[in-house]
Amino acid sequence: MILSWLPFYPLISFFILIIFGKRLSWLMATIVSVGAVTLSALSSFIVIQQLAQIDNHIITVQLWQWFSLGTAQVNFTLYLDGLSAVMISVVTGIGALIHLYAAGYMKEDENFSRFMAYMNLFIVAMLLLVLGDNLVLLYLGWEGVGLCSFLLIGFWYQDPANAMAAKKAFIVTRIGDTAMAIALFMLFSTLGDLNIANITELAQQQWLVGDDKAYWIALLLLGGAVGKSAQLPLQTWLPDAMAGPTPVSALIHAATMVTAGVYLIARMHGIFLLSPEVMSYVAWIGGLTLLLAGFAALAQTDIKRVLAYSTMSQIGYMMLALGAGAWSEGVFHLMTHAFFKALLFLTAGSIILALHHQQNLFKMGGLARKLPIETSLFAIGLIALIALPGTSGFYSKEAIIDSLWSSSTAGAALWWCAILGAFLTSVYSCRLFFLAFLGESRSEHQVKDDFSAIMRWPLFLLALLALLGGLFANMVEINLSNVFVDSVSSAQASSHSLVTESSPHWLHYVAIVTPFIGIVFSWFYFADYRQTSHSKTNHEVQYTANNFSDFFLNGLGFDALYQRLIVNPYCFLAKLNRRDIFDQIIMSSRWYVDLWREALVASQTGSLRWYAATLGVAVVFLLGVVLL
Amino acid sequence: MIIIFIIIALLLAGAIAWFFDNEKNNFARWFSLISLASLLLFFIYDTLFVAQTFTTFTPLVRFAWIKTFNIEFALALDNLSIILVILTLFLALICVLVSWHEIKTKIGFYYFNLLAAIAGIIGVFTAIDMFLFFFFWEIMLLPMTAIIAIWGHEQRHFAAIKFFIFTQISSLIMLIAIIAMAYLYQQQFGQLSFYYHDWQKLTLDSSMSFYLMLGFFIAFAVKLPSVPFHSWLPDAHTQAPTAGSVLLAGVLLKTGAYGLIRFVILLFPQASQEFAPVAITLGVVSVLYGAKMAFAQQDFKRLVAYSSISHMGFVMLALFAFNAVAYQGAVLTMVAHGLSSAAMFSMAGMIYSRIHTRSLAQMGGFWQSAPRMGGFALAFAAAAFGLPGLANFVGEFLSLAGSFSAHPIAVMFAALGLIGSAIYGMYLFQNSFQGPIKHTIADFSKRETLVAASLLFLLVFIGLFPNTVLQKIRIEQKISVQKASEQKISQQFVVQNINKLVMATPATIGRKDNE
Repeated sequence: MILSWLPFYPLISFFILIIFGKRLSWLMATIVSVGAVTLSALSSFIVIQQLAQIDNHIITVQLWQWFSLGTAQVNFTLYLDGLSAVMISVVTGIGALIHLYAAGYMKEDENFSRFMAYMNLFIVAMLLLVLGDNLVLLYLGWEGVGLCSFLLIGFWYQDPANAMAAKKAFIVTRIGDTAMAIALFMLFSTLGDLNIANITELAQQQWLVGDDKAYWIALLLLGGAVGKSAQLPLQTWLPDAMAGPTPVSALIHAATMVTAGVYLIARMHGIFLLSPEVMSYVAWIGGLTLLLAGFAALAQTDIKRVLAYSTMSQIGYMMLALGAGAWSEGVFHLMTHAFFKALLFLTAGSIILALHHQQNLFKMGGLARKLPIETSLFAIGLIALIALPGTSGFYSKEAIIDSLWSSSTAGAALWWCAILGAFLTSVYSCRLFFLAFLGESRSEHQVKDDFSAIMRWPLFLLALLALLGGLFANMVEINLSNVFVDSVSSAQASSHSLVTESSPHWLHYVAIVTPFIGIVFSWFYFADYRQTSHSKTNHEVQYTANNFSDFFLNGLGFDALYQRLIVNPYCFLAKLNRRDIFDQIIMSSRWYVDLWREALVASQTGSLRWYAATLGVAVVFLLGVVLL
Repeated sequence: MIIIFIIIALLLAGAIAWFFDNEKNNFARWFSLISLASLLLFFIYDTLFVAQTFTTFTPLVRFAWIKTFNIEFALALDNLSIILVILTLFLALICVLVSWHEIKTKIGFYYFNLLAAIAGIIGVFTAIDMFLFFFFWEIMLLPMTAIIAIWGHEQRHFAAIKFFIFTQISSLIMLIAIIAMAYLYQQQFGQLSFYYHDWQKLTLDSSMSFYLMLGFFIAFAVKLPSVPFHSWLPDAHTQAPTAGSVLLAGVLLKTGAYGLIRFVILLFPQASQEFAPVAITLGVVSVLYGAKMAFAQQDFKRLVAYSSISHMGFVMLALFAFNAVAYQGAVLTMVAHGLSSAAMFSMAGMIYSRIHTRSLAQMGGFWQSAPRMGGFALAFAAAAFGLPGLANFVGEFLSLAGSFSAHPIAVMFAALGLIGSAIYGMYLFQNSFQGPIKHTIADFSKRETLVAASLLFLLVFIGLFPNTVLQKIRIEQKISVQKASEQKISQQFVVQNINKLVMATPATIGRKDNE
């Protein structure tokens, strides 16, 4: 009962906000929208308590029958197990905090209630995504969050750049969604069902490890996941998505929606286990993305774009974990990442507001003195991001790195990727921190720091979570073990073990030390950025543009590549054939008819002499034909 | 009887609206609105609540019409027809509402044409004598052409003539096929017959049935429309008045799909089976080509017109996949597209009435001044690009999921249409409602809100509870149980089953009638 209402409180709020729109005062709209998400959060808390007391650790509620595919039923059924429990607690818990913050952040916007309505709708879609018991309902949530993401990125739609970014995000993810849709068709035609539990069971029964069908289905599902989670090769939309208001970046493009791909793979792990090749593709995609994003983050000038690339890179870690078969570790990192990345984005939002919408790192500097509270919050987020011991990020990231070396689908090469990634994380975090908070102030405006309480308290709570999130490790582990252990062991029994060799023990020390090496390195390498520069008055901290850094700044050239390979040809073809070649062929018959008409019209001159002459010629001609 | 009653009532109402119209009062439109609404309610009540026996194509009226050629006046109903007739009457109401202020000249005559076209379309969906079918097929064409030619936009004459010639040539081919069928019947049974169930008893050799099938197929493919016969549609849609576009996209295209189901596939199962690869290719090409062309357009209505071609490609694909799930998907897509394209064209009309242009380049930033309109436009665009939760998604999903097992490659290509539809959907929506403000326009009036809200309600309702429609087109479990392992089921078996179950053995009914 509680579960069946859980996703729909925000939907009710969405309708209230849309129908009453601007007639609602700021306070009313805030109470309705934040209240609805808080209700969902409370309900999740309660149902998760209930879940622990149930023997098989699964609660399902069927709301209504949607449609049937042959004998298989596709229903609106909510399915709560350990994995969805973790997801809904993140979505509603972090969601509620971000909603509260957003109410403060967007207070001055004239379309405030529309903004909150979209945010609520997003929560609904996201909850359906993680609670759906079948892939079609999951797909509904999947497309729903995509639409909300489109609406929120393009919330300030009058600027064409924002509208462009929104469109790009939607279409690029749609490419992945199409792959996923094909996976669904394939699953239906081979297994005859789309219920996730049934699929997992049927697949394990009917297919052996390495089955061709499992391979293709897993590969197509991976296509969906890389689109949504901004991994190679569909990662290009995420940095541009930062055009949206900052709470949107925190909620959708850091904490929840972009991790949907991770959820999808974790949810379908039964299929992925049957195809070790695709598992290693997942790992490699994760590994390469985390490096690519790490390098790109090093060159960014916009504070939000640094965070966007950082998100991409952290999701790379999650993918890496999934590919290595470390399911719970991946999902746990999803959770801790939601804590600290939401904190980082929201704090960045406060800073951006304080600087009058200045997002350029090179126009910041010296904020530590002016915004001490925000600075310390941001620092907390960063140390969790670079995984200093004791923080939440440490627990999850170390667990992932630990699992790589010995996994048969990942291995030593990817372990080194992860270590290099950790180093990069630490370097770009330091660069960001030095540029923004230390050194000389380069701001053109007065810093305003009159934040209301609702823009502070959510940050404190998130900071607490970012620091102490590691304490949830046990709880999450227990929840997830119910989901993953059985299937993993059964798959292992049927095939070779995923663990091939034991890992040497020095690995652990390297993993712990790496972030510190990064910090020390940055301390010297970026010394210019952190030093107050009154000694050398002519020295300016500026972005040094050269080919190399531009290449990184533009995300390693993927945008330009796709523009040339896909976008331009498509637009060119569309333009070339705007007149519709088929139409022109058919309409050419009109020319033929016209020609005859002209010829016949020309013969009707009305002059008797002409008629008599043609008559005579024709008679002679006919006589000739007859006689000869 | 109910069908005859409705057809006569429509023609009569049209005539009354024409003769008693007086430019000062709003008699014609109110009268049309009220008569359509009451007929719709009456029809729904009668077919869904009173009589419940329409799982088969049941003849309701049957009497001799032209005795010399054994032509009968015979009308029948089954669930497929009922769904389409309800859709037609509902969209007719929308048509009246969107023409409310748009039509300013010859108002009475306009409503006569509208109602006559509706009557013809309902006749097409219910005729069971092929000559009568052809008769209605022509009946619906004339008023439609008149609507385009008299009340259309700047190039209306050209568009009307193009529309007329395309459909005339194609229906001429169908007429030849119809007459040939009647003569073949005479050869085998001793007398001419145009009766549908009689024809199902014919035994045709394969090449003959292939050519006859082709005759019907071309007529319906032009109407559907399928690439390469589609080019009448963008012109006709663009130049027609709003209600004309709504009627064309919402219902007239469905007569093509209906014909494919009822006549091509069910009369010539074997031949259409052989032809399926070609038809499926045409379907897939239509999906992709339509989506690509839609993206290239700069005219709001032309864009929606090309998107219709893309959507009807899914129907073609699903129908020729000979699969129970795909068949359900095809019918649902027909209904869903009827609603969503009607909504899009209404939207185009409402924008046109405000800024007097259809050019996308002139639009932009409407959302600021007309947020309600923007919300609806977004929802309709979302329906067009197949957002789950709206009707189109269920139809397309069932179509593709059902077709996949037999035609995986075709389905994969058709699935690319999902990307194409997102591209043109976004292009359309962003160009008109987002971006820099180019016009400040008035938001929806109450009448316009009613139109948009009722269409959206149905789209959402069918999207969330598609079983209400699907139950009507359910095919017995037997053939749906096509598990992966049983893929080797001979396709012939499936065809026979669809034949038997969709139309519930029309052949046997025919025999009973004769006994």
